[in-house]
Parts: sequence; C-alpha cells; structure tokens
Amino acid sequence: MNWLIHYNYWIVIVLMMIGLYLVIARANLVRKVIGLNIFQTSVFILFISIGASRGASAPILAEGIQSYANPLPHVLILTAIVVGVATTALALALIVRIHEEYGSIDDSSIHDQDDEP
Amino acid sequence: MTAEHLPILQVAVPLALAPVCLLIGNRHLVWLLATAGGLFTFVCAAFLMVSVFNQGPLTYYLGGWEAPWGIALAIDLLSAFILLLVGLVATLTLIWGKASIENEIPGEQLSLFYCMFMLAVTGALGIVATGDAFNVFVFLEISSLSSYAMIAMGRDRRALTSSFQYLVMGTIGATFILIAIGLLYMMTGTLNMADLAARLPAVRETTTVLAAFAFLTVGVSLKIALLPLHQWLPNAYTYAPSVVSAFLSATSTKVSLYLLIRFFYTVFGADFVFRDHGLQYILMPLSLIAIFAASGIAIFQKDIKRMLAYSSIAQIGYMTLGIALVSQSGLAATIITMFNHGLIKGALFLAIGGIFLRTGTSQLAKLGGIGRTMPWTMGAVVIGGCGLIGVPLTAGFVAKWYLIVAALEGAAWVVASAIVLTSLLTVVYVWRTVEILYFKTPGDSVRDIDEVPMSMLIPTWLMVAMVIWLGIDTTLTVGLAEQAAAMLFDVTP
Amino acid sequence: MMTGTLILTSMALPAVGGCLVALAGRWPNIREAITLVTATSLFLVILGLPGASGVFTIAEPAPGFSLAFHIEPLGYVFACLASFLWIVTSIYAIGYMRAHNEPNQTRFYAWFAVAIGSVMGIAFAANMLTLFVFYEALTLATWPLVTHSQTDQARRSGQLYLGILIGTSMVLLLLSIALVWQITGSVDFKAGGVFTEPVSDTILTIVYALFIFGVGKAALMPFHGWLPAAMVAPTPVSALLHAVAVVKAGVFTILKGTVYLFGLDNLSDSGAAEMLLPVAALTIILGSVIAMRQDNLKARLAYSTVSQLSYIVVGALVANTLGVIAASLHMVMHAFGKITLFFCAGGIMVASHKTEISTMGGLGRQMPITMAAFTIGAIAIIGLPPMGVIWSKWYLIAGSIEGQYWWLIGVFAISTLLNIAYLLPIPLQGLMSSPAADDHPGWHEAPIPCLIAMGITATGCVALFFFAPAIAQYLSSGLAPTGSGDQP
Repeated sequence: MNWLIHYNYWIVIVLMMIGLYLVIARANLVRKVIGLNIFQTSVFILFISIGASRGASAPILAEGIQSYANPLPHVLILTAIVVGVATTALALALIVRIHEEYGSIDDSSIHDQDDEP
Repeated sequence: MTAEHLPILQVAVPLALAPVCLLIGNRHLVWLLATAGGLFTFVCAAFLMVSVFNQGPLTYYLGGWEAPWGIALAIDLLSAFILLLVGLVATLTLIWGKASIENEIPGEQLSLFYCMFMLAVTGALGIVATGDAFNVFVFLEISSLSSYAMIAMGRDRRALTSSFQYLVMGTIGATFILIAIGLLYMMTGTLNMADLAARLPAVRETTTVLAAFAFLTVGVSLKIALLPLHQWLPNAYTYAPSVVSAFLSATSTKVSLYLLIRFFYTVFGADFVFRDHGLQYILMPLSLIAIFAASGIAIFQKDIKRMLAYSSIAQIGYMTLGIALVSQSGLAATIITMFNHGLIKGALFLAIGGIFLRTGTSQLAKLGGIGRTMPWTMGAVVIGGCGLIGVPLTAGFVAKWYLIVAALEGAAWVVASAIVLTSLLTVVYVWRTVEILYFKTPGDSVRDIDEVPMSMLIPTWLMVAMVIWLGIDTTLTVGLAEQAAAMLFDVTP
Repeated sequence: MMTGTLILTSMALPAVGGCLVALAGRWPNIREAITLVTATSLFLVILGLPGASGVFTIAEPAPGFSLAFHIEPLGYVFACLASFLWIVTSIYAIGYMRAHNEPNQTRFYAWFAVAIGSVMGIAFAANMLTLFVFYEALTLATWPLVTHSQTDQARRSGQLYLGILIGTSMVLLLLSIALVWQITGSVDFKAGGVFTEPVSDTILTIVYALFIFGVGKAALMPFHGWLPAAMVAPTPVSALLHAVAVVKAGVFTILKGTVYLFGLDNLSDSGAAEMLLPVAALTIILGSVIAMRQDNLKARLAYSTVSQLSYIVVGALVANTLGVIAASLHMVMHAFGKITLFFCAGGIMVASHKTEISTMGGLGRQMPITMAAFTIGAIAIIGLPPMGVIWSKWYLIAGSIEGQYWWLIGVFAISTLLNIAYLLPIPLQGLMSSPAADDHPGWHEAPIPCLIAMGITATGCVALFFFAPAIAQYLSSGLAPTGSGDQP
C-alpha cells in the first residue's frame, strides 16, 4: 500500500480532474467558474500539504518544539487565494453582464445568438 | 539615491497610480496622469537599459531583504529590452488613445479603465523585472485580470464572451504555472530564480522536476497563444477596445514569451530543456504549423483586427521557431522578432484603431476606398503591412533575415525554406487588405470622414518611423539581442 | 566624399522630385515642369559621376550587413540608360497622359519618380543586400503604376505582378542571398565573386539557380507572367518601366550577381551556369512564338521583351567576359529599340484608339512618323545594321563560341527569324494594305511631345551603332580583372 502514503497528492489529482472536467464539459458558465474554483483549490491543497511535515507543529516559536511546518507555502497560498477570489469575482461579474446582453448563461445558446448577424 | 531604486519604482509607480486614477473624475486629468505614468516607466526602462548595458545585470532586493528571504528583482539585458518595449508601447498607446478611449468607453467608466490599464502595465513590467518565481505568478495575474476587464469593455457584446473565454483559459494557464512553481519549490526549497538555477541540477533527474517543466511549458504556452493553445487570442484582440488591442498585441504575448525564455534558459537550463528532453522536437513542428495555419486563416478573415490577430499567432510561431533552433543566433532572432513585431503590430493596431474611431467598424467590406479619405492612416497600414511581410528597410526584414540565417546555420534547410515560403501567405493577406482599402469605391461609411486628429497620427507615425528606423539602424535591436542571447547561453549550467 | 554625395543625390533627387510633384498636383504645368527638371538634373548628376569609385557605406547596421554604394561600369551604364530614357519618357508622358485624359496624373508622376530613384539604388548598390532593398522598393513603387486605372483588370494584374515579383524575390532570392551569406560570410560585390573558398558544385548550382529564378524581374520562364499582365498600365509605364527600368533592373541584378557575387570563373568551372542555359534558350524561343500569336500590340511587345531579356540572361550564363559585355550592350540596345516600339504603340492608341494589330492596316498613311519610328525600332530589335543591336548580338555569338556552346547560335538564328516574323508585318501592313473604310483619311498623328520622344529614341537606335564599340571598351575596362584572366 505504498502509494497511499502520499494520499494528499491523490486528492489533489482527483480534485484537479473534476475541476478541469467541469470547465471543459459544462455549457453553463457558472458551472465553468465552479470548475475553475475546484481546479484552483486543488492547487492550494497541493501547496499547503507540501508545507506539512510529520509530527511538526505550527511555526510559532515555543519551548521544546524541534520541528516546525514550513510556513512559506501557506503564505504563498494566501496570495493565491486572493488572486483566485479576484478571478472568481471578475468571472461572475462578466457572467452577469453576459446575462444582461444575451439573456442566457449557456455557452451554446450564446454562440447561436452571435452567429446570427 | 533614487537611481538605485529604479527597478522597483518602475513597477511601483504605475501600481500606485492605479487607485489614484479611480479617484479622479476629470477625464483629461486622469488621462494625463496615466500617460505620465506610462512615460515614467519608459524613462525608467531607458535608464535601466543604459545602466545594465554599462554595468551588467542588476539585482535589487525589496526592502533590503536579501534572497532567499526577501524578494529580488533581477534586470539583465533581455529584461531591460522587454521593459523598454512595454514602456514605449504603453506611452505611445496612451498618448494616442485619448480620443479613442473616450469614444469607446462610457464616460463613467473612464477612471476604471485607466486604473485597469495602469494595472496591466504594472503586471507586464513586474513579470519581466522580478527574479522570484512566485512573484511571476502574482504579476501575471495582475496583468491578466486587468486585461480581462479591459477586453470586456469593448463595445461589441462579443467582447464579454471573448473576455470570459480568455479568463478561463488564462486562469488555467496561470494555475499550471502555479503548480510548476509549487513542484519546483518542493524539490529545491527556494523561489528565487538564481537559487533555483543553482539547486535544480542536483535534482534534475526526478519526475517532479520533469512534471514542473511540463506544467510550466504548457501554462506559459497558453499565455503566449502558441498553437494549438491560441483560441482565446483572435476573439480577445478583435472585440477589445482599440487601445487595448494595440497594447496587448504589442506586449502581452511578448512578455509571456520572455517568461518562457527566462525559465528555459535561466532556471532549467538549455541542456535540461533541449538536450535531455528534446523540447525542440515538439516546439519546431508546432511553430511551423502555427506560421502556416495562422497565416492561411488570416487570408480569409473579414475583419481587419481579427486578421491581425491571426497574423500575431503566426508571428509568435516565428518567435518560438527561433527558440526551437536551439542556438545562440536562433535565440537572438527570437528576441529581435519579439521587439520588432511588437512595434509593427502596435503601429498597425493604432492605425486600425484610428479607422475604427472614424468609421465605427473594422469590417474589411465596409472600409473599401478609405485610403482616399484617410491617406495618412492608410500609409501607416501599408508600411506596417510591409513590416509584417518583411520588406527590406523595415524592422520585419531584419527579424526575418536573422531567423533565416539562424536556420541555415543550424543546417535546417527545410525550416529556412518554410520561413521564406510563409512570406507569400503574408503578402497575400496584407496586400488583399491594402487593395480593398485603396481600390474599392468608397461606400457611405467612409466617404465623408476626416483623417484622425494629430494627437493620434503622431504616435502612430512615431511607431511607423521606428519600424523603418529599426530596419535601417539595427544597433539597438540586433546588438542588444545578440548580447542578451550570448548572456543567456553563457549562464547555462 | 564628393562622389558619395552625388551617388546619394541620384537616389534622393527623384524621391524629392516625387514629393514635389505630389505637392504641386493642383497645377499640372508646374508639376510637369518639376518632372522634367528633376529628370534632366538626374541625368546631369549621373553624367557628373566618375566611371568608377570605391565603396561608400551609408549605414552599417551590423558587421558585414550594410547599405553601401559604389560605381562600376555595369551599374554606371545602367544608370545612364535609365536616367536618360526617363527624360525622354517624361516628355512622352506629358503628351500621352494629357491626350488620353488619364485620371490621377499626379499620383502617376510621383510614383514614377520614386521608381526611378529605386532604379538608381539598384544601379549603384555595392552589395547584394542593398540591391535587394531597392529591388523590393522598385516592385512596391511600380505597383500603383500598374494598377493605375483601378479597374478590376488592373487589380488582377496588380495581384499577379506583386505575387510573382514579391514571391520569387522573397522566397527564392532571399533564400539564395542568405545561403551565400551563410557559406561565405559576405554578400559584398567584389571582383571575382565572394566564393573564395571552394564549395561543392552541387551547392553552388543550387544557390545560383535559386538566384537566377529568384530575380523574377528578369522574366525567365516560368516566372514571366507578370510582364504581359503589367501591360495594363499606361503606356509610358510600359515603355520605361516594363521595357527598360524594371526588367533591366532584373537582368542587371543577374549580371551583377553573376560577375561580382558568384564570379565568372566559379560558375564556368562548376558548370552551375551551364545547367540553366536551356531554360534561357527556351524562354528566347517560346517568348517569340507566343509573341507571334498576340494580336494586342502591347502584349506582343511584352512577350518580345520576355524573349529578348533572355538574350541578356544567356550572356550572363555563358559565364565569360565576352558574354557579360554582350549582355550589358544588349541591355542598352534593346532598351532603345523596345522603348521606341512602345512609344509608337502608345501613340497609335492615343491618336487612333487602336490596340489590336489586325486593325492597324493602312495606318502608315495616317501616322507616317509613328510608323517610321516603329520600323526603325523593329529593325533594331531584329538586329540588322545599321542598328546598335548588331553589336550586342555579335558579342553574344562570340561569347557563346568561346564557351563552346555552338547550339546557342542556332537558337539566336531561329529567334531572329521569329523576330522578323512578328515585328516586320506590322509596319508593312501599315503601308501596304488599305485603311478600313470608317477611318479618317489624311494625317492623324500622335501628340507632338510623343513624336519628339519617338524621334529621340529612334535616332538613338541608329546612333548606338557607332557608339557601341566605345561602350564595350568601357565595360571591358571594368571587367578585365574579373574576367577569365586571359586578357592583358
């Protein structure tokens, strides 16, 4: 059962695939954004989990603790989360505008409308 | 005193100006402020260029924190060169853009627009200036998010869907880059590019590094719009406001390409990328297909902006082709093409933007005969088109000449022949446009229009003049590109 | 330095003249005066140049990659030819364009001047890159002239024109230049060529073939289609550009490349030039045969040009000094002959609105001067004494014999017969057969300026018979050190 040791990676990979699948396969724009979010979240988990170390404590200096988790990936991912939130906000704003213009948030119906002159 | 802080100032000033733009309601003042910001970055870039040229690469530690704790900005010849391009194009498009922006963007959104523009400039400059891998991701997202927003401000409603499409693809690309950075950090424990380069050779055989390399290449290729990852580009350039098309076409793909070169040569090392993993065998066919297919598609476009967008994809093919030749001269050719094509495409989009301002359309069929009513703009289109074809005495010829010579040097006869053959396709789509603009009897939409104002003509012709100047005096482009390429090859471990 | 300035003036003068013409567009008389003054002063500048000079570098963007000019006999003769005929053509154009009520005359004169400036650049280029630059500039500058009438037919011809000329030069010629650069590290014109290190015959043959076919302006088959297409342009354009400046720029490029880039010795030793002789010979014969089948006068003259140009190409391909002298002489002789013919064709078109040969019966009685000039031009092209062409043909045959290409003499003989068959019937028919019933009786000549121009060039055809030895002497002075080496 060697491959289960790195179960965190398996979770990341499964989430990543679910996210990408949603982005590609769903016609509904909101669902695409949800897929994008899941995809990004999987990467956040990847970063957070690589900072962990077995038996390590939170990176706060204290007596008697020898091993700390690496805080840097966590800090990085805070930034990435902010970026992700901004992206989601922008995407949702775009969807609102698209709905105003086309009266639909379905990819295929939007395409049909644009093909007519 | 200030001089040593130039690397950060040229990124920080536009960043600081962005929120200030939001606060200013007056459309003249906000334009003036943004233009001053653009000009400032250009002047900074020029000073940096001189300094790097005379004293060698610069490293600047933010807040005085040395790497690996602090974030470093690293400027070498290549980055200074691209900074110069970004600063120049930003300044000229902003000077040019006042009338065009006010025509295409609703009044209440003007401040927002300039804010986004400043952020896009910040992002582009930051990507190039930074020496920290994670910082690359942050700046990339700053420039991308602002670009999505600006593209969505286009008048046509399709701008919205184009922007959304770009957002989805761009985010996937950026996230791929993030994954790669994470994996690299796992293996080396550092984010500083110079440290990465030093520590990677020890772990170069691992699957993790290979995975990081793959994610990075695909992610950056998405941003470069390398075929077959180019679908977002034509729509985005076509429906974006004119000034955005001009700025993005001249800078955004070049900056991403810079990133690719930086990671390939400085971080991974050419040996790893090309000798061990043979990326050129994928890159070369993709580039050639990009050149042929995109030029072919460009011929059938009904919209000038879309035609130019496909032409950009083809030109990107030339640039990646130079990288795929895996030689110093090939890399130099790529760098020359990046700079020269940035100017040529910028000039063309400015000219087309002028036509759009007067006629409200970029559909070829509606623009027949516009050469008679807007002769100066038309002249810019013709010279820009000659630049794309690579007619001698334009910057395009210099780029193409060096690419051909680089290909011949590598004994890649087929590639050299392919490069010259594609000129034919370029001739067809450029001259088809010139012919329509010049020949057709003017229709209603173009009969009673005036030439664009001087404020637009002068920046357009400045760029056109540079296209010609760089075709005659190539000390700047060729000299710098060759030195930059030599430098990148030297640092290869 | 003086010479360098003069060379630059020769290029700048037409360009400035073109701009002035564009500015003076509203006053036709001033505009035409500017054209004439510019043309005359250009010719004087050219005459003021010395017969040979060192290299003047204008800009050197990268090592070995420069914009540079020099004077040598080949280029000097070409520059004299083009600038002199520009004066004559300008006189002709004034008569023609006004009588024909052509629209957009300002544009016409302006681009015409720019085209001549490019020709000067080609004539004085000191390296292949400079030559290439002006070669492309000439193509682009003549496009507005070819498409002058802006009809659909003009547009299609313009496409063919650009397609073939830009296509061949951007694909084949550029590749050939890049290969030369790659192999030798230089594209400078120098005596004996740049191939100082031995290269394999195969490579030299490939590069040279790319070069010869890449010069689309020389109209070597199968890249000749642009020339008949370009006849849609107004007649002065056909006369100067498509009988003299553009096509001669093509063969001049071939000559210059053959002598100063590849080197005659290299080419004859490796057999690279020999391989292409059949193509040139075929173009001579086929061009004449197709010319015979054309009823449109300008089209017939165009195919005749295709055929005659290959004489010059043959002169280059036999790869010896005599051949090169023959080629350069023929460049001059054919120019005078063909421009006379085109002037007449344009005169006929203006005066009697006839373009088809079959309708020109009895025209000699209405337009005796034009027909007389035409006859002189025709005899000149055919190559009978006392016309200059006899000299170039003589040298050509001598060069073929020296190169031991006996079969070429057969080609020349057949071609001369074909020339007689497609050129002489036109004046004969003009004199012999009676005019069509609806034609005006009596004199109905071309405009006076046109007649003056015809007179000058027709006289030139005859005068050159006497000057030819002097020109040949001058040419061989420049070629002596580069030739086969057997001259004292």
